[in-house]
Amino acid sequence: MKQNSMLAMILAGGRGTRLHELTTKVAKPAVSYGGKYRIIDFPLSNCANSGIDTVGVLTQYESILLNSYVAAGRRWGLDAKNSGVYVLPPREKADANLDVYRGTADAISQNIDFIDTFSPEYLLILSGDHIYKMNYAKMLAYHKECNADATIAVIEVPLKEASRFGIMNTDETGRIYEFEEKPEHPKSTLASMGIYIFNWKLLRKMLIADAKDPDSNHDFGKDIIPQLLADDKRLYAYKFKGYWKDVGTIDSLWEANMDLLDAHNELDLNDSSWKIYTEDATTLPHYVGPDAEIQRAFITQGCIINGTVKNSVLFTGARIGDGAKIIDSVIMPDAEVAEGATVTRALVADGVKIGKDAVVGNAGSEHIELVAKNVKGVE
Amino acid sequence: MSRAFGIVNSAGNHIWVDGMNEYRPIGAFSFLGRYRVIDFPISNMTNSGIDHIHVYVRRKPRSLVEHLGTGRHYNLNSKRGKLLTLFSEFRSDNDVYNTDIAAYLENLECIENTPYPYVILTPSYMVFSENFSSLLQNHIESGADITLLYHTVDTAKEEFLSCNILNLNKQKGVLSIEHNNGNAKNRNIFMDTYVMKKELFLDLISKARKLSSVYTLSQIINFECAELDVRGVSHHGYFASITDFKSYYHANIDLINFKTAQSLFDKNWPIYTRTNDSCPTQYFETASVKNSVVSNGCLIEGTVENSVIGRGCIIKKGAVVKNSVILPGASIGKNITVENYVIDKNADIRHVEILTAAQDNPGYIRRGDKI
Repeated sequence: MKQNSMLAMILAGGRGTRLHELTTKVAKPAVSYGGKYRIIDFPLSNCANSGIDTVGVLTQYESILLNSYVAAGRRWGLDAKNSGVYVLPPREKADANLDVYRGTADAISQNIDFIDTFSPEYLLILSGDHIYKMNYAKMLAYHKECNADATIAVIEVPLKEASRFGIMNTDETGRIYEFEEKPEHPKSTLASMGIYIFNWKLLRKMLIADAKDPDSNHDFGKDIIPQLLADDKRLYAYKFKGYWKDVGTIDSLWEANMDLLDAHNELDLNDSSWKIYTEDATTLPHYVGPDAEIQRAFITQGCIINGTVKNSVLFTGARIGDGAKIIDSVIMPDAEVAEGATVTRALVADGVKIGKDAVVGNAGSEHIELVAKNVKGVE
Repeated sequence: MSRAFGIVNSAGNHIWVDGMNEYRPIGAFSFLGRYRVIDFPISNMTNSGIDHIHVYVRRKPRSLVEHLGTGRHYNLNSKRGKLLTLFSEFRSDNDVYNTDIAAYLENLECIENTPYPYVILTPSYMVFSENFSSLLQNHIESGADITLLYHTVDTAKEEFLSCNILNLNKQKGVLSIEHNNGNAKNRNIFMDTYVMKKELFLDLISKARKLSSVYTLSQIINFECAELDVRGVSHHGYFASITDFKSYYHANIDLINFKTAQSLFDKNWPIYTRTNDSCPTQYFETASVKNSVVSNGCLIEGTVENSVIGRGCIIKKGAVVKNSVILPGASIGKNITVENYVIDKNADIRHVEILTAAQDNPGYIRRGDKI
């Protein structure tokens, strides 16, 4: 495909502290989701499906796995000539010392030289830790139609939750006149999804100015967007309808997995017109034993199920022993639940072993139990 | 890197799988839900360090060529490795002249130009795991001219009737290669897998053509058995020859047993295939699945027992699928019972209520049919 006019940059440096042990070794965008995916598969697949052929991925926190994972652009079809996924951790330059990315805007500022080599007309900024399917080409068309300087994707949220988000207040044409970060008394219910399209020339200028400002947080939401509004630039809200989730906590990660169990869930991973691509696992299809019982479950290849699985999601290579019970739970890649064990309302992390007859989690718990260490069996 | 290059053969004239073979060569048959039969020989080769592979195709190449692609998914080195698809553009399907030797002659230049001293030939229609690197080592150390791989069975009266057998002396020397005529139960089934020097292979091709226009490679080797040092090596582990409809059905059903599957699939011997990027399979409230192998991308509301379910199949509410092999993309409608059947790709069973066949004579629904 010919190089198009929009370059995408995915912010993937965040740790995701509230995911606890799940992110001690990997960055949040590399966390597993939905049986066979990693969260960053979503923005990357969206880019590929939207016809964007050059994607920069800004990594920082625990980036070894993430760097090698995203560098294999072939997985998402981003490997044609003039196409590619570029891994961009902070780096030392001829005219600048090595410095960490101090904020979302700083991460882009530090890569102006990279972006300039493609001389794009538009820059698409994405977050590496959101789960959703979106056609960015449509958003770009809207951006052009509005003759905007910047377009921000927004999603309607319930009023009572609006104060958790960055809220965009717009006029009847969709033009943003005010942005409020986590307002106590929200005036609208249009929450920013952290997806921006900028005219690159303008953004470039602003980033250079922002980098010099000692009082700036170097953040898109806190600094760049308010400055654009102060300068009376044309900012438009692009309304997105559909599934969108920012999985910040164990509870919300669990919930996002549970969402997949509904017959007509909005994310619809089975839609062959907008596939989400991921690493190809070399495993058998899943094996279901003679005494297994499976109801309301999302199960992927490489699993071996001999026990009962209800209302749960099993990831690649999960093993469920004879008589084991998995209820309302998420079992991550290669985790093993031995015979007779019971797992309820829990999220079992990658490779964790739960011993024979052990009992983990409980049906009445307020929060989902994260099981990140092996659990001994009952002798 | 191996000192051998590989040839993956298409099936000979005497092999035909009713129904499914109409649409594609056996190598392209869907197998155990997510694989194709040819994934086994090619993975055996790439796992053995062979990265120069010739795949022969005789007819209906579309699905096979699409599946093989550049061979990248087989872990073939994308620069040093090579996967060639070679066609034997030779008259009609079952023409007696259309032999493997004829196909090699058509592509002689490819064989001659291959810079490897040894060749390993293996069929695209048999399912097994074998370390060809050890087999080659064994061949070189033994000093034999030709090494043939075989599998000893005690069911040769009823099964493997389209296969050849090896008659061996006590030192595993091959006395003759002949067709399995089904008159004895204990036989050494020839796995149509050969190891020899490339030069000898080329000699045999030209010799075969001089002797008879309809000779096959196994026939010329049989003819030369007394002159050449031809030895048999026994294969251990799972073996299936997909050479008729029943063997296709039974190989799938047999591998539902996890223990049996473990004798074919080894963690250290991955079987690669082309990914389809299907999402995981969704089980609904009303699902009941037991003793089955299920691929990704399925929507299951009904009952499945003792069956293999391919990628992207739909099993509707009240449907009952038993002892069946459902190929990718097929759909079994509401309250429909399917028992002892092979349902080919994308077939849509929605009107008939019951599709059952006798256990020893499984039924077949054609690709894409609406029933």
